Amino acid sequence: MSKDRSEEIRRFEGPLRGQALFAIVFLVASTLLLSQIGSETKWAKGTQFFAQPRFWPAVSLVGMVLFGGLHLWKLPRRGFQRVDVTEWKTWFFAIEYVLWFLTYVLLVPILGYLPMTIALMLALCYRLGYRTRLMLWVAVVFAVAVVVLFKSFLSVNIPGGAIYEYLPGALRSFFILNL
Amino acid sequence: MDLILSSLEILARWDVMIALLVGSIGGVLIGAIPGVGPAVAIAILLPATFSMDPIVGLTVLLGIYGSSMYGGSIPAILINTPGTAVNALTTYDGYPMTTRGEARRALSLAYSSSFFGGVFSVICLILFAPVLAKIAPMFGSREIFLAALLGIILVVVAHRGQSLIAAALACFGIFLHTVGLEPVKYSKRFTFDQSWLSSGVDLIVVVLGLFAISQAIFLLQGQDEKIRMTKLRGGLFQGMRELARHPRVATVSASLGVLMGMIPGVGEFTAQFLSYTYAQRSSERPDDFGHGASEGLIAAETSNNAVPAAAMVPLLALGIPGEALTAMMLSVFYVHNVVPGPALFQNDMDFVVALYLALLILNVLVLIFLLFATNQLIKVVKIPNRFLGAAILTLSFVGVYSLRNSFTDCLIAACFGIFGFVLKRLSLPAVPIVLGMVLGGIMEVKLRAGMARVKTPFDFIDRPVAMILFIMILGVLLIHFRRVWQERKSLKEAKWQAKHRSTSFAAQMSRRKDYLLTERGKRLREKRSKYAPRLTDKNSRR
Repeated sequence: MSKDRSEEIRRFEGPLRGQALFAIVFLVASTLLLSQIGSETKWAKGTQFFAQPRFWPAVSLVGMVLFGGLHLWKLPRRGFQRVDVTEWKTWFFAIEYVLWFLTYVLLVPILGYLPMTIALMLALCYRLGYRTRLMLWVAVVFAVAVVVLFKSFLSVNIPGGAIYEYLPGALRSFFILNL
Repeated sequence: MDLILSSLEILARWDVMIALLVGSIGGVLIGAIPGVGPAVAIAILLPATFSMDPIVGLTVLLGIYGSSMYGGSIPAILINTPGTAVNALTTYDGYPMTTRGEARRALSLAYSSSFFGGVFSVICLILFAPVLAKIAPMFGSREIFLAALLGIILVVVAHRGQSLIAAALACFGIFLHTVGLEPVKYSKRFTFDQSWLSSGVDLIVVVLGLFAISQAIFLLQGQDEKIRMTKLRGGLFQGMRELARHPRVATVSASLGVLMGMIPGVGEFTAQFLSYTYAQRSSERPDDFGHGASEGLIAAETSNNAVPAAAMVPLLALGIPGEALTAMMLSVFYVHNVVPGPALFQNDMDFVVALYLALLILNVLVLIFLLFATNQLIKVVKIPNRFLGAAILTLSFVGVYSLRNSFTDCLIAACFGIFGFVLKRLSLPAVPIVLGMVLGGIMEVKLRAGMARVKTPFDFIDRPVAMILFIMILGVLLIHFRRVWQERKSLKEAKWQAKHRSTSFAAQMSRRKDYLLTERGKRLREKRSKYAPRLTDKNSRR
């Protein structure tokens, strides 16, 4: 049989770009975790084999290595091409939005839920190119609606901002409880 | 009758009614917006429902689950983009109807079919509930372990062409469940001496990362689509009449939806595929399928809407979720110390029937809402994708942060968000991870309990239900390996057919040379040369 893999590529489910790196990283990470099983889990003496604390981590990690390895082996293309590099860049640039999210998480307990939600929605809208007055207003209305619905109405557990401490008496407790 | 009355009593509360209304209308809206979907909505709302009564919280989530597919059919029919993943088959016949100027007819038919599927499944399951109540106690630890194992195997094999990576991801889910303190011996597992890992990886954090944050990133990195809307003309009630003309297709599709929904890990896609194939094969005009056939639309919509009620069966009767959405709902049960399983069917049957009745009422509410609000509702399709991404990112915060006000949780969710985004880009499934986490936990507990009284391996399957489940597992594996073997064979055949002769010319010559040098080859050559002597031979020249 020749090494021609065009038929496998044609039959492959989903895009091929980026698959090889994902499969390699998955296999390497699984193998590293499996190599740590001795130090990260314990073998309890006098306990049945199936009740051992090590049993299920071992089953899952062996499964990850075995199936991850087979997946890599069955990939129609294991080498890297220019299209893979473009795909890796797309993955990398996704970190930008994670940073937006984490900054928001860090600032909410300090600056308050309502001000930060409005700020995040406005900043993200501006960043995404929705710079018309209408879209910016929609962003503000959406942010207020989210805060009112979840914090004021459903009373979800989100702390009041430290900045609210500087507000006068009744307003202070209202802001901490509802916004 | 008493059972139904006591169930209605549970539902006759203002907060349950509001939950039903919010869940059903919210579900339709969420379904109608391509790119959101019920998984994202349920993941975000999950922590908010923890402070509610179990019946209220579950009604909201059930409402979203049950009604999102109604809404999902709107963009599928009008703009050829399924609102939820399970509406993909609706585009086959729905969109061609729109291009023919029959958008209203297609929508009406989709609503009627969805309504029929939803109501049919609920009625089936209410009637089936007493039987289930008798069967459920037959499930002990071993049977539940085997059912969970069967569920995980079915989820893996259901991903055709991706079963290896689906299995690897399911194992990853099981591994995630094992991180933290082991519940019996209290020994640490894969905590790397980090205190934040001692309490394990929270299912909701993983779900929010994999479904909500990843979807937000996916939308934020994508581009807005230009949408051309079609004006709706005609009545929305004509679908009922048209549905009544195809009772066989509707009933068979709904039955397939109920059956497939009850099997963990199978779900809407298989039900739709089987129903659509059945409708096409049994139709008098099979060539119309894919070009706006009403039977095709009926098959797709009836079967997918019959699944949600049926999917609650393994969850409620055995405590085994069959898909990501029911896995998320399981956490609502756990938070309120309601343990789904055989005991729930025995002791709280009215609670189970109340949930089914809620689904029934929900279908009626959704149909009424859609019949009068479709013209306004189609405007939500126009919301720009990237704006939606920003909105989902903001909402994801509520889901993760409200759990424990922990930055670490948000960081873990963000990491899973990136991981889910990569999976989405590669078209790899995230569902096996969630099911691995949930079913892994169930399997660990049940295997430990089940093996306590087992002396020989055969003891594990010596009870009838355990034996049936074991045979089913073997059957599923056999069918899967047979399919893999057939695919391998067809790949080989396709390769030989497509192979260019010249590419293996040297190999062919080598094989011929080898053959000519064998004893039989020499004899044959000698024989042939006797009957047809070569002109170049010395004897023939004379």
